[in-house]
Amino acid sequence: MTEPEPGGASGSDGAETSGDVPRRSDRSAWNWLLLLPIVIPLITPLFNRDSPRLGGIPMFYWLQIAFIVLGVGATTIVYRVGKRRRS
Amino acid sequence: MSTGHVIELVISIVLFGAVAAMGFWAARWRKPGDMMHLDEWGLGGRSFGTWITWFLVGGDLYTAYTFVAVPALVFGAGAAGFFAVPYTVVVYPLMFLVLIRLWSVSHRHGFVTPADFVRARFGSPTLALLVAITGIVATMPYIALQLVGISAVLKTMGLGSHWPLVIAFLVLAAYTFQSGLRAPALIAFVKDLLIYAVIIVTVIYIPYKLGGFGHIFDAASKHFSAATPPTGSTVLGSNNQLNYATLAFGSALALFLYPHSVTGVLASKSRNVIKRNMSALPAYSFLLGLIALLGFMAIAAGTTPIGKDGNTIVPRLFDQMFPSWFAGVAFAAVGIGALVPAAIMSIAAANLFTRNIWREYIKRDASPRHEAWVSKIVSLLVKFGALLFIVVLNPQFSIDLQLIGGVIILQTLPSVALGLLTRWFHRWALVIGWAAGMAIGMWMLYTIPNPKTGHLHFGGSAFSLSKLGLDTDWTIYTGFVAVIVNLLVAVIATLILKAAKAPDGADATTADDYTADEGDPKVSEVPVAV
Repeated sequence: MTEPEPGGASGSDGAETSGDVPRRSDRSAWNWLLLLPIVIPLITPLFNRDSPRLGGIPMFYWLQIAFIVLGVGATTIVYRVGKRRRS
Repeated sequence: MSTGHVIELVISIVLFGAVAAMGFWAARWRKPGDMMHLDEWGLGGRSFGTWITWFLVGGDLYTAYTFVAVPALVFGAGAAGFFAVPYTVVVYPLMFLVLIRLWSVSHRHGFVTPADFVRARFGSPTLALLVAITGIVATMPYIALQLVGISAVLKTMGLGSHWPLVIAFLVLAAYTFQSGLRAPALIAFVKDLLIYAVIIVTVIYIPYKLGGFGHIFDAASKHFSAATPPTGSTVLGSNNQLNYATLAFGSALALFLYPHSVTGVLASKSRNVIKRNMSALPAYSFLLGLIALLGFMAIAAGTTPIGKDGNTIVPRLFDQMFPSWFAGVAFAAVGIGALVPAAIMSIAAANLFTRNIWREYIKRDASPRHEAWVSKIVSLLVKFGALLFIVVLNPQFSIDLQLIGGVIILQTLPSVALGLLTRWFHRWALVIGWAAGMAIGMWMLYTIPNPKTGHLHFGGSAFSLSKLGLDTDWTIYTGFVAVIVNLLVAVIATLILKAAKAPDGADATTADDYTADEGDPKVSEVPVAV
């Protein structure tokens, strides 16, 4: 590719960095929280059994459905923390 | 045709007609400045807020086929079919940080497809072409599968011929042509309203009629233990747990590599819209979990599929348990649910063709207007192709192809998903890795028979580790192995190419591009250099 680096973008970014808006970053220690809902639902020995049942539904099914809450919780926390740090 | 079927059919046609009218009207919704631009026709103006994105991406990812096939899988195999739930739990935290970077860099550079990004990031038209072709090939059978969902409903209502399907698709093709991404975005509201209503009623009413969930699962356990040879179980066996976990994980990795998922993400207006959706989309996973249980309800209710077509099990269950008018609403929900993803998929495939094949190799000076025209026409061709799949070929063929599609789309992971995180890989190493992953994936799929249909090859995605000489009865997801091989090869090849100082492509993006947000200046569109 012979195309030059699009200059407009880097120029305006430079201005942004020195202005009142700090350079953005997605880095945060809180991001590690996202690992929980990625790893836990994949460990089958945790939930691969019939009892205890919940409302007649075997553990295999109700616990995996419950993991949805884990995913919602982790992504919500990471979003909220990131938003607070930015504002 | 019985009176019940006539009532079902009338209700379905009325709802379908209403939705078609919405589809045509959508061209005027959120009044676009100029529809003849891919940002408008193909991405709805890149302006969708949290709610519209939630409905659009939800309608895009959780397709009618999912709602028909997952319970059908559970009906046939039990616990193993439930992988769809962990899969759709894992995907959002996994993609959270990746998708916001994709949105930012695309917002700044005006990328429409994942291949656009790869082209700029690695300075490699070849790699971009591979990503584009992989995307188109993986998407085509996926569109065809939406038709399988509709035809399962039609069969249940006693309509065996292909004509209703052809008419439905012609109408879909016409309003997608006119309104672009706005049509499925608008229709997704109706679709979800219907699906949520139907499922909430279903999971309360059917277990009540069948004597509770306890009874349903006991009946299912008894059903599975009575079968010889064993067909399934209500919890996993010792041999398929690894496959369950790798299938869930691999499918999660693949989901947002599909071009239609990217289209939904890029149509949103800011990073925060995407982040909020990563928390809100799992509401659909909850729905999917409940829908999966319909498979067990069908076992307890003694429902039988039509012929050997397992996909008819959910429509048959509705037909059996509900009064005709409500079954009609449920059937319309499945049918309309198929139209939303089919429209988005055909738009995504058309955009890939236009941006990464037509503009790259055939007409380099294509104006935005020209691009929009090409995309609109290709979206028609793609839909007719999908229709031919179903009408001319065996539907089973498209199911097998979709399985292959999942494995091959995963091979774009290193260049698209990892490319968003790092520029470490060498462009040719990514090409070699892609080829290695494709080869091993195809070989593995080739060796897997399908005992149900009697096919010797391409019969599933669970690969027996014993074929590699390991002394075990465990199976593993083919796509997972293929993408690991792809990655390893790409890493080794990068080290070698870097040591040999092979010329690498230039990166047209900067570090700041990946955190750009709504309102930030965009890079003025520079014609791609020759």
